[in-house]
Amino acid sequence: MCLAVPGKILEVRDAAGVRMAQVDFGGVRREACLEYLPEAGVGDYVMVHVGFAISRVDEIEAARTLEYLRQLDEAAAEEQAREPGDEVP
Amino acid sequence: MKYLDEYRDQALARKVLDDIARTVTRPWTIMEVCGGQTHSIVKYGLDELLPPRVELVHGPGCPVCVTPLETIDRAHAIARRPGTIFCSFGDMLRVPGSHADLFQLRAEGADVRVVYSPLDCLKIARANPEKLVVFFAIGFETTAPANAMAVWVARAQGIRNFSLLVSHVLVPPAICGVLESRDNRVQAFLGPGHVCAVVGWGEYEPIAARYRIPIVITGFEPLDLLEGIRMAVRQLESGRAEVENQYARAVTREGNVEARRRIAEVFEVTDRAWRGIGVIPASGWRLRDEFRAYDAESLFDVGEIRTAEPAVCIAGKVLSGLAKPHDCPAFGTACTPQTPLGATMVSAEGACAAYYNYGRHARTIGERK
Repeated sequence: MCLAVPGKILEVRDAAGVRMAQVDFGGVRREACLEYLPEAGVGDYVMVHVGFAISRVDEIEAARTLEYLRQLDEAAAEEQAREPGDEVP
Repeated sequence: MKYLDEYRDQALARKVLDDIARTVTRPWTIMEVCGGQTHSIVKYGLDELLPPRVELVHGPGCPVCVTPLETIDRAHAIARRPGTIFCSFGDMLRVPGSHADLFQLRAEGADVRVVYSPLDCLKIARANPEKLVVFFAIGFETTAPANAMAVWVARAQGIRNFSLLVSHVLVPPAICGVLESRDNRVQAFLGPGHVCAVVGWGEYEPIAARYRIPIVITGFEPLDLLEGIRMAVRQLESGRAEVENQYARAVTREGNVEARRRIAEVFEVTDRAWRGIGVIPASGWRLRDEFRAYDAESLFDVGEIRTAEPAVCIAGKVLSGLAKPHDCPAFGTACTPQTPLGATMVSAEGACAAYYNYGRHARTIGERK
């Protein structure tokens, strides 16, 4: 029910005073209301729930999360290497 | 699809699982709050990939599940009225009331329509000025901005034949209810990502502090969920109890400021009954008095509605993390998604329906009670 799907804004228009967008979801296009994201524009990715864009996808944070996960085992290896008792005097 | 596929990467999931296994030293019980998260966890079998010492229990965050039978019967009474067009999201159509579901009412001649967005109802209202168009406005904080905007636009555009049957519920009072329970086992929460995309996570900080409980705001894809669990386990193992944000690509601390403002203009806090749980004080939103003309509950007098839930159903315990679907004698026998007896079987996001739909008809070997 609280499902929200990321999509890319293709165009923005005014529909009788309501800011609406055409949003592309991996090839499927749907309308979404942009009233709650006045700063979002064409090319931005937004999370859409029941026809409303509720948040803008932060590309930097998205990349940071994935990069962090990619480095998890390296971080663990480093942590292990630093375990007390393992240190070479 | 961008921002979905990369969060389903198996190799990365394995890395996160390995890190959880390295970190955990004793048993922990973590509740995912949101029904969408429960659905993903069971669909991908994430709970079965975790080290045995990390147990997931399923929370109350399924709005279709917790909508009271009395409200569903009220919706049906309104939908039956001649001259009414009753609109709903698709997932409410199969939910049985005391006598029928919305599909059956449609077969009997009621004008019941599935909409994608509440704004679709305004188009229907404009096209049918002689009819009364009612939208079944259920949902958590995530859905409230859409319903608030529909009412706001209706008023701005002078659309008079549109109203909402409101049954909005709020997450924080429900998780406090879980924590207040004498039998509570939950030691950390995966917080509801899309709820927090709207309202932010500031509200969760006093809860984390008061109950000394870690809360990790978490997304819905497998990697999001595993990373949320990893962050929760790290907090538990190190004795911290903070609000952390796993879902930083979609959630900020303050949430969506415009949406919060519109919600506050249209809705006010009210006590709300939760199916399977009972009344939780200050746990819902209703329309403010100045929007009374759009409130289907005041517009349609449907008389007194009496309902009774089957005694065998343990949905309340499942929603509070005190029982798993298999603990119920009716699960998968008398109670299935086709013949649901209670809250957690009526929606695909309910824990019982998720277990049933993904083939967990019997307790798996080694599964903890």
